[in-house]
Amino acid sequence: MSNNKNYYVYDAKNKSAKPLEELRQAYNYRYLISQLLRRDIVTRYKRSFLGIGWTMLNPLGTMIVLSIAFSQVFNMTEGYPAYVLSGLMAWNFFSQTTYASMVNLVWGGGLLKRIYMPRTSFALAAIGTGMVNTLLTIIPMIIVMLVLGVPVKLTIFFTPIPLLLLALFSLGFGLILSTLAVYFPDVAEMYQIVLTAWMYLTPVIYPEEILPENILFIISTFNPMYSLMKLFRIPIFYGRLPTFEEFLLPALIALVVFIIGWLFFTYRSDEFAYKI
Amino acid sequence: MNLRTKYKVSLVKTIIRLENVSVEYRIPSERIGTLKEYVIRWVQGKVKQKKFLALKDVFIEINQGEVFGVIGHNGAGKSTMLKLFARVLPPTIGRIEISGSVSPLLELGAGFHHELSGRENVYLNGAILGYSREEMKSKFDSIVEFSGLHDFIDAPIRTYSSGMWARLGFAVATASRPDLLLVDEILAVGDEEFQKKCFDRIEEFRDNGTTIVIVAHSMQVIKDRCSRVCWLDHGELKYIGDPEEAISHYRKSQTN
Repeated sequence: MSNNKNYYVYDAKNKSAKPLEELRQAYNYRYLISQLLRRDIVTRYKRSFLGIGWTMLNPLGTMIVLSIAFSQVFNMTEGYPAYVLSGLMAWNFFSQTTYASMVNLVWGGGLLKRIYMPRTSFALAAIGTGMVNTLLTIIPMIIVMLVLGVPVKLTIFFTPIPLLLLALFSLGFGLILSTLAVYFPDVAEMYQIVLTAWMYLTPVIYPEEILPENILFIISTFNPMYSLMKLFRIPIFYGRLPTFEEFLLPALIALVVFIIGWLFFTYRSDEFAYKI
Repeated sequence: MNLRTKYKVSLVKTIIRLENVSVEYRIPSERIGTLKEYVIRWVQGKVKQKKFLALKDVFIEINQGEVFGVIGHNGAGKSTMLKLFARVLPPTIGRIEISGSVSPLLELGAGFHHELSGRENVYLNGAILGYSREEMKSKFDSIVEFSGLHDFIDAPIRTYSSGMWARLGFAVATASRPDLLLVDEILAVGDEEFQKKCFDRIEEFRDNGTTIVIVAHSMQVIKDRCSRVCWLDHGELKYIGDPEEAISHYRKSQTN
């Protein structure tokens, strides 16, 4: 395909590399992605009184509930509410963006049949929305830490890096899910259950110290969210920079999942026009 | 005179060129509705894909300024052809070349979000059509003017009537003159007055060199508006040329 929006040639014998073409088109359609992102954020809270304030209050509310329920059980963790909130930030980002990628693609299916647009637009917009929401939650996070007396360190400015890795991972995973959801409508239902189970297999609301050693070993080896979650918490909750190993593993996982997801999605996406 | 005709001929520009295009759909031979079922069958080695040719070895050239009609019974490949032109589906075999901007006249207002205001939806829909922010800013006023919805533009679109919805959709979709306009079925937009406005705009586009491809079930529309028509039958291009003749071929095939 050519660069020019007004000239298009496609030769079945002479295909250009689809994954790269998709990347280029996503850049060309960045205005569309920003509009989709805007739509997601605006419509979510349009008819509510507090509007975007809910983005901050939602995880805060969950945190309060969990803190009341579990602070006696997990009292060995100092500043447990802040621990939960930082975990929820990362977990909500992952669960919401992957779910939204899938739902948005199915929603946009009617359009994809009729007009050209990069098919990754919906997933990319979902990731953007998640980033905005998560960055907004940093404000209540800092307040909670100040209230609890958990030291707020400058390392908090490192947070965008783990968030970016989490975004890559979620994008790749979301693209795989979206592709499956196009073929099998039950994937969306199933994924809700999977997410619940997955959350309990990740130290989000409980400290990892409570896990028996053999189970911790299994989780840290096979659950990719384990190291991504930990990396996310380090600069905020623990107030330090990650070590090289703490950084390398999640970075590799994120990159590999992103590449697999992108390839899988783009090679399948030509069929979407008659499958959705 | 001779020179002039010659000159004119050399000006004719090909907008769409399909070279030996075939489109193949891969469809599971049995309906497998759930992932669970699919995995079980896959393990059993029972997943079979059926291949279905929606278009077979089609060669078409469509020139600038033509109003080109596509007819055929259901499943003949009409919408597949429109998908090729809209760049939504690539050919499985062959080559396609489109020189110029393409605008599909969507089911009007597809892509609108009912919680957003008319204004926000104009920008969102413009982005879906591939416009940039700057382009949309410069087009916004003329879009609103054409739709005649000044007073409602900041109201959420869920408060719009279906006629208003369609008017805004049409105004965005035709905000700038495309080189190729794809019309699936014929417009039923709002009241008669607005419908006339729509046809006027499409005619104005055509007079300025826009190529129009129409897929319609109404033979009257095809007869009245098209300069050339192709008849598709089971994915094969059976006839291309004079509208009347295409229609009579198509009718004959139906009675048999």
